[in-house]
Amino acid sequence: MKPLALSLTALTAALVLASLSVGPAGIGARDGLAALVLGGDGPEPLVMREIRLPRALLGVMIGSSLGLAGAALQGYLRNPLAEPGLIGVSGSAALGAVLAIHTGLAAAYTLALPVAALAGAGIGVLLILMLAGPRGGSITLILAGIAISALAAALTSLVLNLSPNPYAASEIVFWMMGSLADRSMTHVWLALPLMLAGGLALLTLGRGLDALTLGEDAAEAMGLRLARLRLTLVLGTAAMVGAGVAVAGAIGFVGLVVPHLLRPLVGARPSRLLWASALGGAAMVLAADIAVRLVLPERDLKLGVLTAIVGAPLFLHLIYKTRRGEA
Amino acid sequence: MRGCVRLSRRIALGLALALAGATARADAPPERPPARVVSINLCTDQLAMMLAAPGQLVSVSDLAADPHSSAMAREARAYRINHARAEEVYLLDPDLVLAGSYSDPATVGMLRRLGLRVVQFDTARSLADTRDRIARMARVLGREAAGAALVARFDARLAALRSGDTRHDAALYHPNGYSLGAGTLSDDILRAAGFENVARTLGLRGGGTVALERLVMAAPDLLIRARPLPGASRSEAVMTHPALAALTARTAGLRITSPDWLCGTPHILDAVETLVTAREALE
Repeated sequence: MKPLALSLTALTAALVLASLSVGPAGIGARDGLAALVLGGDGPEPLVMREIRLPRALLGVMIGSSLGLAGAALQGYLRNPLAEPGLIGVSGSAALGAVLAIHTGLAAAYTLALPVAALAGAGIGVLLILMLAGPRGGSITLILAGIAISALAAALTSLVLNLSPNPYAASEIVFWMMGSLADRSMTHVWLALPLMLAGGLALLTLGRGLDALTLGEDAAEAMGLRLARLRLTLVLGTAAMVGAGVAVAGAIGFVGLVVPHLLRPLVGARPSRLLWASALGGAAMVLAADIAVRLVLPERDLKLGVLTAIVGAPLFLHLIYKTRRGEA
Repeated sequence: MRGCVRLSRRIALGLALALAGATARADAPPERPPARVVSINLCTDQLAMMLAAPGQLVSVSDLAADPHSSAMAREARAYRINHARAEEVYLLDPDLVLAGSYSDPATVGMLRRLGLRVVQFDTARSLADTRDRIARMARVLGREAAGAALVARFDARLAALRSGDTRHDAALYHPNGYSLGAGTLSDDILRAAGFENVARTLGLRGGGTVALERLVMAAPDLLIRARPLPGASRSEAVMTHPALAALTARTAGLRITSPDWLCGTPHILDAVETLVTAREALE
């Protein structure tokens, strides 16, 4: 357990440094880090502190949110296919965020944007739990997810198409695929409080999720309060996913790939998978964000494109395995 | 089934011939000036409004009446508004349709199949192109005298404004980090007003994005931004990025009304004049 924590932390730290060093401005890694820490005159500190630092920080924050939320949902539903993006939670959060922006609420109250996304994500999680529930099979879960995602995506597109702003309609792809381009420290401060609260809430679920692996009856016999666990899960997931989507759009598959890769390394214990997935998710989003800047630097390639290219084949593989298991 | 294929092939062939014929005769001077002209492109709308004889121009596109895109939105209210759809254009019974080279090819093809004369204007990419478009529009409308007068006024005003000074550089920064580099009308406008275009210096050809980082590093003397449009959008969020705010604190910032910059019409000289004033303020 300790070597894993150390190596994941080291990997994330290395990727943060790489993220800070990659960019079109052509600032050397050492000069850049010096400008970041020491400041000084000239444009370098501005680039490092206002453009690259928020991007790296948001990569860490959003990645760990998605990894942690994915691990928690999978632990509760006892289903490796539960992922915020796939089951429609991210999509509902995007709908909430788009509504807040295009009704003008986000401009009037700073906190309206993340709170509306949180509300959207919360409704998404509740719908999934109602439709699929802990006893529902994989098929029910995926079908419910498809329905919620499709509805949320359609309504998001509708709101953007109705906007008087000519740019709005072209932003559909941002809300569906996510991007960290041109985000600022404002967005970091906007997302951070909700993400911290949600993360702390989800990390307390470890023991409950461990108990749940024995089945609900056994867990309740051990003193687990299922209703309270469910409420914490809904609020924690909604806060983390909502805050992330509000500032960077919906980035899919992170919560699927990361827990899947790390599960064997933590002995398949949900409690240990939680923090490991948070670290692993941060590493995955940072790596994807570095890749989009290296592959097509001028085009703002969306993060979700890369994560889907990695994640979708794995998803197919998991469906195949689950189907064989059920047959 | 085979009949189907043959029919579709015959249609395609007929279309190709029709298109070739249309392009060949498009610029040939008509025997009589057109009497009912409909324009379906923002830029041809404005040129036609400037040059057409009273009553000659029947309808302009909805964009021409949109103050965010058109430098002549008020003038456009005097005309019927179309939405560049083949059906409504045909019902207006025009003897000449003016379109841009990027107008929807399906619409243009349909209008030609319906037997209408469609003249397409290529986008102006420089001040010289603009002179050419004015002259061509005058020819197409049979208004050569009005065209020559407009070109002469254009030349005289440009000569009065043009400056050889390039000690200052300027950058255009639009939502989504979009900028305009070499080979664009905006680049020519900047240079006519005596500015070096930062996007061109950074190697941008045509329109494209310039990363915020590179803009901050280049630290231009003048930063030209578009005014915010109604409604909110994420694309415009970059215009309020703290790094951009810090940059404008050091350099002169200019907010422009973009319609003057969009089309190759004499209105681009208004853009040049605004820039010359800004350059003189820098000195």
